[in-house]
Amino acid sequence: MSGLLGRFEIRWHGRGGQGIVTAADLTATAAILSGYYAQSIPTFGTERRGAPVIAYNRIDRQVIYERSPVVEPDAVVVADPHLLINPKPLIAGLKSGGYLIVNTAKSVDEIRGIFKRDDVKIATINATKLAMDVLKAPIVNTAMVGALISATKILSLDPVIQAVKERFPSRLVEPNVQLIKQAYELVKVS
Amino acid sequence: MRVVGEVRALNGDEAVAYAVRQCNVDVISAYPITPQTIIVERLSEYVANGEIHTEYVNVESEHSALSTCIGAAAAGARAFTATSSQGLALMWELLYVASGLRLPIVMAVVNRALSAPINIHCDHSDSIGTRDSGWIQFYVENSQEAYDTVIQAFKIAEHPDVQLPVMINLDGFYLSHTLENVRVLPDDVVSGFVGFRKPVKVWVPYLGREVPAVLDGYTPISLGIIALSDYYYEFKMMVIKAMEKAREVIKEVNKEFSELSGRAYGDGFLTHYGVDDAEAVLIVMGSAAGTVRYVARELRRKGLRVGVIRLRTFRPFPYEELTKLLKDVKAVGVMDRATSPGAYGAPLFNEVRTALYDCECRPVIVNYVYGIGGRDLSPHTVKELYSDLLEIAKGKKPSSIVRYVGVRS
Repeated sequence: MSGLLGRFEIRWHGRGGQGIVTAADLTATAAILSGYYAQSIPTFGTERRGAPVIAYNRIDRQVIYERSPVVEPDAVVVADPHLLINPKPLIAGLKSGGYLIVNTAKSVDEIRGIFKRDDVKIATINATKLAMDVLKAPIVNTAMVGALISATKILSLDPVIQAVKERFPSRLVEPNVQLIKQAYELVKVS
Repeated sequence: MRVVGEVRALNGDEAVAYAVRQCNVDVISAYPITPQTIIVERLSEYVANGEIHTEYVNVESEHSALSTCIGAAAAGARAFTATSSQGLALMWELLYVASGLRLPIVMAVVNRALSAPINIHCDHSDSIGTRDSGWIQFYVENSQEAYDTVIQAFKIAEHPDVQLPVMINLDGFYLSHTLENVRVLPDDVVSGFVGFRKPVKVWVPYLGREVPAVLDGYTPISLGIIALSDYYYEFKMMVIKAMEKAREVIKEVNKEFSELSGRAYGDGFLTHYGVDDAEAVLIVMGSAAGTVRYVARELRRKGLRVGVIRLRTFRPFPYEELTKLLKDVKAVGVMDRATSPGAYGAPLFNEVRTALYDCECRPVIVNYVYGIGGRDLSPHTVKELYSDLLEIAKGKKPSSIVRYVGVRS
């Protein structure tokens, strides 16, 4: 079992159609398969492709009682590089020592230059390119889950792959498992 | 015999559908509406995949969905439907038909605000509006309880002393779309627990014997024919009495289920935390209870004497249990996720205040309306409510008896 000491909270930022809610669901499912308590909380508005979307995870060794949006996440995942235009809401509340995991072709240093936070770890992955190569579509959710668990070490690969098998139609399992493994290997953290 | 079952990652809607799949349901008829849609999707998948031998009747509206369930249940079937908000509003006249005909239909209502303006998020105005329709009403706190309560609901509804429809309310999005740990029982265990529907029997003079009280061509009877001022009142009285008898059955089934699964929800009517020595207690229904309990635990660790009561049943209303619990409490805050324009406070507040009117130690009771149209209830806000109540417990006069929390002025 990977190292989860107490509570770990995640906030996902993406846009409608990228599968952010599914990414949070996969993460919670993998956490539950790992023996933890977990929540995956989507936010919904008027659903349309391209609109900014936020989802949350809570993972804990203890029962989770509260049901409200995560305000001070341990990790923030930015699934769409275009969201970097407005960095303020992305970094809001991210704990000191936390993780910022970004889908981008830019380097870790360039991303740090945008957010100007020295007290957080930054991880980069070009998930859009990986997804285009493997899925032939810019659906980056599974790649970002791979990058998240690799950077933070909160969960190991096996339960995540098991979660994909449980929640995806069978024809989508293999390419997504491949994507997760690639992102897991290729993510750069500093 | 205790069965542990396996842990799965399910959202509230999936948990409801999973339970329905295991409950030997004969007929499902439902119309999709956000945030209930996942229930309908999963159930139609189960039927399409041949996982259950249930008749799934596609309809063009919620009015027809409940009508179909009424027809099926009147013919002796175990029937299930699910809806939200406008869908429940469209079912309105059939709600009274279902209870008046004493049909043990089970319905999941995924709570959502009513239009206008259009809103897809959670409040309880849809189901609270139907409180007088003669349906048993449960409000669940999490997906686990949604799963457990569906299983219990068939047993309660079909009990010979009850024969009333049951509504299981779960908060839209907060539960319906939030994935979390749910421990599910094996199919055969649930099937054994709920069994198959056994219609009650009635004495039919012209046949000269007892026959099942169902529409059946071999022993023809009529259901729901006209009863004017001569008999209508007696029929209504039977619904009232059945609702009273449901109290004992809810308690029994909660106990039986806990012996099977290890999970009990208090005495079946309410759960509570920290109330024994509390000065200030919040009363709440639905998923917000989790956030309130989280704050109450935090405050109690700091030595503050606060508690929370989470009502699981709104109909029948557990007034005796509440009175017993609140006898030494000084300040009570009733949290309503519904409004009643023009009333002195919202519906749950009125109910609690009425229950405590005869209580010797009359606590100060205030009303906190919250979460309307999905407005979030943060732990920070709950802390404010507790500090307000603790001051009232110390003798401060409440600034107002009815407070609308978290609304722009």
